[in-house]
Amino acid sequence: MIHNMKAAFQKTLQNIKMAIPMIIGILMLISLFNPLFQGYYSKVFTGNYFFDPLIGAIAGSVSFGIPVASYVTGGELLKEGVSLLAVTAFILAWSMVGTLFLPLEISTLGKKFAIWRNSMNFFISIAIAILTIITLEIIS
Amino acid sequence: MIEKFQKLSGGAKFMLFMIVVYLIAGVVDFSFAASAFHGFLANLSKLLPIMVFVYVIIFIVNLFLHPEKIKHHLGHDSGLKGWAYASLGSVLIITPPYVMFPLLGQLKEHGMKYSLMAVFLGNRNVQPAFLPVMVYYFGLSFTIVVSCYILAFSILSGIIMSRIMREYGSVKIG
Repeated sequence: MIHNMKAAFQKTLQNIKMAIPMIIGILMLISLFNPLFQGYYSKVFTGNYFFDPLIGAIAGSVSFGIPVASYVTGGELLKEGVSLLAVTAFILAWSMVGTLFLPLEISTLGKKFAIWRNSMNFFISIAIAILTIITLEIIS
Repeated sequence: MIEKFQKLSGGAKFMLFMIVVYLIAGVVDFSFAASAFHGFLANLSKLLPIMVFVYVIIFIVNLFLHPEKIKHHLGHDSGLKGWAYASLGSVLIITPPYVMFPLLGQLKEHGMKYSLMAVFLGNRNVQPAFLPVMVYYFGLSFTIVVSCYILAFSILSGIIMSRIMREYGSVKIG
């Protein structure tokens, strides 16, 4: 049991070492850029059911990292006025679509699988974002 | 010095880069950089207690979950149990993509189906350990609704991928 706890602690510590600097870096980036772009978010993200999730999904597709980093980024952008529709597509595409990791995915899982999966997940992230917002509107 | 820097993780390099950016911003416009830094500290102080909670959950998951156990249930003849284990594995195993792909490549060599790989890769947003952060930023209703859709769509993507990959037949074992 003690051995298991030690192994679990070391694994968790590795996770912290990997994630915390990334999260701190993202928070620093957002805190620096938000005052500069604050006025533009509402002009770009108007709540349009096509363009907002499309922009969000494109941004998420070219970003990478553990999912929690996307929640921090998306959450901070939401506070600054980016629509929930765009932010939802962004956080989904972040972990479901891996454009930057496509060469690695192709080499390990095959070209056809990687290209089909990423293309399909891009559209799924947009679909889930739209469905989520519609569902939340119905619930509320 | 350079060797030490090269050994740092991508996240640590990114954080150091941002510190340099703040220093440059401070030289150009000190009040702007100071205001941005105060905003950063305010955001960080709100997030830290949640991250402590997140890592307590991760520790518990690491203590009781052994990826080797899940690996055994993702083989060629895994059936419905395989779909359940693929979903379970993807929500509980917390690894970055550059670790995930080689792991799945290894499982593919041992007979893991393409459909299960698609399920595995589609569910990574529903990791219980990170859900408190999602709830903090987006609310409980959002977290529940989006998680349900993610799980449903990951199964759908698994079914579609199994159809698309059919021409190659089943994945060979060994």
